[in-house]
Amino acid sequence: MPDVLFHTPAETLALSPLVGAGTSLRRAALLVRFVFRGDAAAAAKVGAAFGVALPQSPLASERTGERAALWQGPDEWLLLARPAMDGPQAVDALARSLAGEIAAALGETPHSLVDVSERHVALLLEGPGAADLLNAHVFLDLDPAAFPVGMVTRTLFTKAEIVLWRTSEQNFAIECWSSFAPYVEGHLAEA
Amino acid sequence: MLLIHCPCCGVERPEIEFRYGGEAHIARPMQPADLDDHQWAEFLYMRTNPKGVMAERWRHVHGCGRFFNALRDTVSDRFIAVYKTGEPRPDSATASGEGAR
Ligand SMILES: [Zn+2]
Repeated sequence: MPDVLFHTPAETLALSPLVGAGTSLRRAALLVRFVFRGDAAAAAKVGAAFGVALPQSPLASERTGERAALWQGPDEWLLLARPAMDGPQAVDALARSLAGEIAAALGETPHSLVDVSERHVALLLEGPGAADLLNAHVFLDLDPAAFPVGMVTRTLFTKAEIVLWRTSEQNFAIECWSSFAPYVEGHLAEA
Repeated sequence: MLLIHCPCCGVERPEIEFRYGGEAHIARPMQPADLDDHQWAEFLYMRTNPKGVMAERWRHVHGCGRFFNALRDTVSDRFIAVYKTGEPRPDSATASGEGAR
Protein backbone atom coordinates (compact mmCIF):
# COMPACT_ATOMS: atom_id res chain seq x y z
CA MET A 1 0.00 0.00 0.00
CA PRO A 2 1.48 3.37 -0.93
CA ASP A 3 2.05 5.55 2.06
CA VAL A 4 -0.12 8.66 1.78
CA LEU A 5 1.94 10.59 4.32
CA PHE A 6 5.17 10.38 2.40
CA HIS A 7 3.41 10.32 -1.03
CA THR A 8 5.28 10.62 -4.32
CA PRO A 9 8.82 9.81 -3.33
CA ALA A 10 11.06 12.11 -5.25
CA GLU A 11 14.00 9.85 -5.72
CA THR A 12 14.87 6.15 -5.69
CA LEU A 13 18.34 5.48 -4.34
CA ALA A 14 20.69 2.63 -5.13
CA LEU A 15 21.21 -0.32 -2.79
CA SER A 16 23.68 -3.17 -3.08
CA PRO A 17 22.37 -6.06 -5.24
CA LEU A 18 23.13 -8.31 -2.27
CA VAL A 19 20.19 -6.75 -0.42
CA GLY A 20 17.70 -8.32 -2.85
CA ALA A 21 15.26 -6.92 -5.38
CA GLY A 22 12.33 -6.57 -2.99
CA THR A 23 13.98 -3.97 -0.78
CA SER A 24 14.15 -0.33 -1.77
CA LEU A 25 15.41 3.00 -0.48
CA ARG A 26 13.69 6.23 -1.47
CA ARG A 27 13.98 9.84 -0.45
CA ALA A 28 10.47 11.09 0.33
CA ALA A 29 9.11 14.36 -0.99
CA LEU A 30 8.93 17.47 1.19
CA LEU A 31 6.89 17.47 4.38
CA VAL A 32 5.87 20.01 7.00
CA ARG A 33 7.57 19.22 10.31
CA PHE A 34 7.22 20.81 13.73
CA VAL A 35 8.94 20.06 17.00
CA PHE A 36 6.39 20.72 19.72
CA ARG A 37 7.28 20.85 23.42
CA GLY A 38 4.81 21.34 26.25
CA ASP A 39 2.97 19.53 29.05
CA ALA A 40 0.12 17.05 28.66
CA ALA A 41 -2.58 19.75 28.75
CA ALA A 42 -0.84 21.70 25.97
CA ALA A 43 -0.34 18.48 24.00
CA ALA A 44 -4.07 17.75 24.17
CA LYS A 45 -4.86 21.19 22.70
CA VAL A 46 -2.31 20.68 19.92
CA GLY A 47 -3.75 17.25 19.16
CA ALA A 48 -7.21 18.74 18.73
CA ALA A 49 -5.92 21.52 16.45
CA PHE A 50 -3.60 19.26 14.45
CA GLY A 51 -6.18 16.49 14.00
CA VAL A 52 -3.92 13.78 15.39
CA ALA A 53 -3.69 13.06 19.13
CA LEU A 54 -0.19 13.46 20.56
CA PRO A 55 0.70 10.07 22.08
CA GLN A 56 1.55 10.11 25.79
CA SER A 57 3.15 6.69 25.99
CA PRO A 58 6.88 6.46 25.29
CA LEU A 59 8.03 5.56 21.76
CA ALA A 60 4.45 5.69 20.40
CA SER A 61 3.11 7.29 17.25
CA GLU A 62 -0.34 8.34 16.10
CA ARG A 63 -1.39 9.02 12.55
CA THR A 64 -4.25 9.77 10.28
CA GLY A 65 -3.70 9.43 6.55
CA GLU A 66 -1.68 12.54 5.90
CA ARG A 67 -0.53 13.60 9.35
CA ALA A 68 1.41 11.99 12.16
CA ALA A 69 2.51 12.79 15.71
CA LEU A 70 5.65 11.01 16.89
CA TRP A 71 6.67 10.77 20.58
CA GLN A 72 10.23 12.02 21.06
CA GLY A 73 10.45 12.58 24.81
CA PRO A 74 8.16 13.02 27.83
CA ASP A 75 7.20 16.55 26.69
CA GLU A 76 8.37 16.54 23.08
CA TRP A 77 6.78 15.46 19.80
CA LEU A 78 7.65 15.57 16.11
CA LEU A 79 4.62 16.51 14.00
CA LEU A 80 4.53 15.57 10.32
CA ALA A 81 2.05 16.83 7.75
CA ARG A 82 1.79 16.34 4.03
CA PRO A 83 0.86 19.35 1.94
CA ALA A 84 -1.85 18.94 -0.68
CA MET A 85 0.58 19.71 -3.49
CA ASP A 86 4.27 19.09 -4.06
CA GLY A 87 6.93 21.73 -3.80
CA PRO A 88 8.44 24.11 -1.29
CA GLN A 89 5.69 26.72 -1.67
CA ALA A 90 2.99 24.26 -0.63
CA VAL A 91 5.13 23.21 2.34
CA ASP A 92 5.63 26.81 3.37
CA ALA A 93 1.94 27.64 3.05
CA LEU A 94 0.84 24.63 5.11
CA ALA A 95 3.52 25.29 7.74
CA ARG A 96 2.29 28.86 8.17
CA SER A 97 -1.38 27.94 8.42
CA LEU A 98 -0.72 25.04 10.82
CA ALA A 99 1.50 27.17 13.03
CA GLY A 100 -1.28 29.76 13.21
CA GLU A 101 -3.94 27.19 14.06
CA ILE A 102 -1.81 25.55 16.76
CA ALA A 103 -0.83 28.89 18.28
CA ALA A 104 -4.48 29.94 18.35
CA ALA A 105 -5.49 26.69 20.06
CA LEU A 106 -2.77 27.12 22.70
CA GLY A 107 -3.39 30.77 23.49
CA GLU A 108 -1.40 31.63 26.61
CA THR A 109 -0.44 28.01 27.40
CA PRO A 110 3.35 27.81 27.75
CA HIS A 111 4.89 25.79 24.93
CA SER A 112 7.49 25.74 22.19
CA LEU A 113 6.65 25.16 18.54
CA VAL A 114 9.49 25.15 16.01
CA ASP A 115 9.20 24.69 12.25
CA VAL A 116 11.88 22.18 11.22
CA SER A 117 10.40 21.30 7.82
CA GLU A 118 13.65 21.82 5.97
CA ARG A 119 15.93 20.47 8.68
CA HIS A 120 14.97 16.84 8.04
CA VAL A 121 14.51 14.57 5.08
CA ALA A 122 12.60 11.31 5.26
CA LEU A 123 14.26 8.21 3.83
CA LEU A 124 11.94 5.27 3.20
CA LEU A 125 13.58 1.88 3.56
CA GLU A 126 11.08 -0.78 2.59
CA GLY A 127 11.00 -4.49 1.93
CA PRO A 128 11.95 -7.85 3.43
CA GLY A 129 15.60 -6.85 3.84
CA ALA A 130 14.95 -3.50 5.51
CA ALA A 131 15.42 -4.52 9.15
CA ASP A 132 18.60 -6.50 8.44
CA LEU A 133 20.02 -3.63 6.41
CA LEU A 134 19.26 -1.15 9.19
CA ASN A 135 20.88 -3.42 11.75
CA ALA A 136 24.21 -2.98 10.02
CA HIS A 137 24.16 0.57 11.46
CA VAL A 138 21.44 0.77 14.13
CA PHE A 139 22.11 -1.01 17.40
CA LEU A 140 18.50 -1.77 18.34
CA ASP A 141 16.58 -5.04 18.36
CA LEU A 142 14.34 -4.62 15.30
CA ASP A 143 12.45 -7.88 15.76
CA PRO A 144 8.73 -6.98 15.47
CA ALA A 145 8.22 -8.25 19.04
CA ALA A 146 10.77 -5.77 20.40
CA PHE A 147 10.18 -2.95 17.90
CA PRO A 148 6.53 -3.26 16.79
CA VAL A 149 4.78 -1.41 13.97
CA GLY A 150 4.16 2.19 15.03
CA MET A 151 7.16 2.39 17.38
CA VAL A 152 9.30 5.47 16.85
CA THR A 153 12.51 6.56 18.51
CA ARG A 154 15.52 8.76 18.21
CA THR A 155 18.64 6.68 17.98
CA LEU A 156 22.02 6.58 16.32
CA PHE A 157 22.70 5.40 12.80
CA THR A 158 26.43 4.76 13.17
CA LYS A 159 27.38 8.37 14.03
CA ALA A 160 24.33 10.22 12.72
CA GLU A 161 21.29 10.84 14.89
CA ILE A 162 18.06 9.69 13.25
CA VAL A 163 14.41 9.24 14.09
CA LEU A 164 13.48 5.66 13.24
CA TRP A 165 9.78 4.90 12.73
CA ARG A 166 8.40 1.47 11.82
CA THR A 167 5.44 2.27 9.57
CA SER A 168 4.66 -1.39 8.79
CA GLU A 169 6.23 -4.78 9.40
CA GLN A 170 8.74 -4.36 6.55
CA ASN A 171 8.74 -0.58 6.13
CA PHE A 172 10.76 2.01 8.00
CA ALA A 173 10.86 5.78 7.75
CA ILE A 174 14.21 7.30 8.70
CA GLU A 175 13.99 10.99 9.54
CA CYS A 176 17.48 12.44 9.46
CA TRP A 177 18.98 15.89 9.24
CA SER A 178 19.35 16.96 5.60
CA SER A 179 23.09 17.38 5.98
CA PHE A 180 23.42 13.80 7.27
CA ALA A 181 21.28 12.27 4.50
CA PRO A 182 24.18 11.54 2.09
CA TYR A 183 26.03 9.84 4.98
CA VAL A 184 23.04 7.65 5.86
CA GLU A 185 22.25 6.90 2.22
CA GLY A 186 25.87 6.06 1.51
CA HIS A 187 26.11 3.63 4.41
CA LEU A 188 22.84 1.95 3.39
CA ALA A 189 24.08 1.65 -0.19
CA GLU A 190 27.31 -0.01 0.95
CA ALA A 191 25.85 -2.32 3.60
CA MET B 1 28.32 -2.87 24.71
CA LEU B 2 26.59 -1.91 27.95
CA LEU B 3 22.79 -1.78 27.87
CA ILE B 4 21.29 0.99 30.00
CA HIS B 5 17.65 1.14 31.03
CA CYS B 6 16.11 4.60 30.44
CA PRO B 7 13.35 5.30 33.00
CA CYS B 8 11.67 7.81 30.65
CA CYS B 9 11.57 5.54 27.58
CA GLY B 10 11.03 2.39 29.66
CA VAL B 11 13.44 0.34 27.55
CA GLU B 12 17.05 -0.76 27.53
CA ARG B 13 19.22 1.00 25.03
CA PRO B 14 22.87 0.73 23.96
CA GLU B 15 25.38 2.76 25.89
CA ILE B 16 26.27 4.97 22.89
CA GLU B 17 22.83 6.66 23.10
CA PHE B 18 23.76 8.03 26.56
CA ARG B 19 26.09 10.62 28.04
CA TYR B 20 27.48 10.60 31.53
CA GLY B 21 26.50 13.61 33.64
CA GLY B 22 28.66 13.37 36.75
CA GLU B 23 27.69 12.66 40.35
CA ALA B 24 23.99 13.03 41.20
CA HIS B 25 22.33 14.85 44.11
CA ILE B 26 24.77 17.76 44.24
CA ALA B 27 22.60 20.81 44.81
CA ARG B 28 23.83 24.17 43.62
CA PRO B 29 24.09 26.58 46.56
CA MET B 30 21.13 28.94 46.70
CA GLN B 31 23.36 31.97 47.37
CA PRO B 32 26.78 31.38 45.75
CA ALA B 33 27.89 34.87 46.79
CA ASP B 34 27.63 33.88 50.46
CA LEU B 35 30.20 31.11 50.06
CA ASP B 36 33.90 31.55 50.65
CA ASP B 37 36.42 30.21 48.13
CA HIS B 38 36.90 26.98 50.00
CA GLN B 39 33.17 26.21 50.13
CA TRP B 40 32.77 27.12 46.46
CA ALA B 41 35.65 24.86 45.49
CA GLU B 42 34.08 22.06 47.53
CA PHE B 43 30.85 22.45 45.52
CA LEU B 44 32.58 22.75 42.16
CA TYR B 45 35.27 20.12 42.35
CA MET B 46 35.04 17.75 45.29
CA ARG B 47 33.25 14.47 44.57
CA THR B 48 32.88 11.30 46.60
CA ASN B 49 34.57 9.12 43.95
CA PRO B 50 33.65 5.89 45.72
CA LYS B 51 34.97 2.43 45.00
CA GLY B 52 31.56 0.79 44.81
CA VAL B 53 28.01 2.09 44.43
CA MET B 54 27.71 5.67 43.17
CA ALA B 55 24.68 7.80 42.29
CA GLU B 56 25.22 9.41 38.89
CA ARG B 57 23.40 11.58 36.39
CA TRP B 58 22.99 10.20 32.90
CA ARG B 59 21.36 11.74 29.86
CA HIS B 60 19.61 9.77 27.11
CA VAL B 61 20.94 12.27 24.63
CA HIS B 62 20.34 10.27 21.44
CA GLY B 63 16.92 9.07 22.63
CA CYS B 64 14.32 10.93 24.65
CA GLY B 65 16.89 13.60 25.57
CA ARG B 66 16.12 13.49 29.30
CA PHE B 67 18.45 13.41 32.30
CA PHE B 68 17.90 10.69 34.89
CA ASN B 69 19.81 9.23 37.82
CA ALA B 70 21.41 5.83 38.18
CA LEU B 71 23.17 3.80 40.83
CA ARG B 72 26.25 2.17 39.31
CA ASP B 73 28.93 0.05 40.87
CA THR B 74 32.22 1.66 39.87
CA VAL B 75 34.08 -1.63 40.38
CA SER B 76 31.94 -3.91 38.21
CA ASP B 77 30.46 -1.16 35.94
CA ARG B 78 27.07 -2.70 36.73
CA PHE B 79 23.95 -0.54 36.82
CA ILE B 80 22.06 -1.34 40.01
CA ALA B 81 19.08 0.99 39.58
CA VAL B 82 17.81 3.84 37.43
CA TYR B 83 15.34 6.47 38.63
CA LYS B 84 13.89 9.71 37.33
CA THR B 85 15.21 13.13 38.23
CA GLY B 86 13.51 14.32 41.41
CA GLU B 87 12.94 10.84 42.79
CA PRO B 88 14.85 9.88 45.95
CA ARG B 89 17.95 7.74 45.74
CA PRO B 90 16.86 4.11 46.08
CA ASP B 91 18.36 1.84 48.67
CA SER B 92 21.15 0.07 46.78
CA ALA B 93 20.68 -3.14 48.79
CA THR B 94 17.04 -3.60 47.77
CA ALA B 95 17.41 -2.30 44.22
CA SER B 96 19.82 -4.92 42.98
CA GLY B 97 19.70 -5.59 39.28
CA GLU B 98 16.88 -3.18 38.39
CA GLY B 99 17.75 -1.48 35.12
CA ALA B 100 20.98 -3.37 34.89
CA ARG B 101 22.42 -5.78 32.41
ZN1 LIG C 1 15.04 7.74 27.14
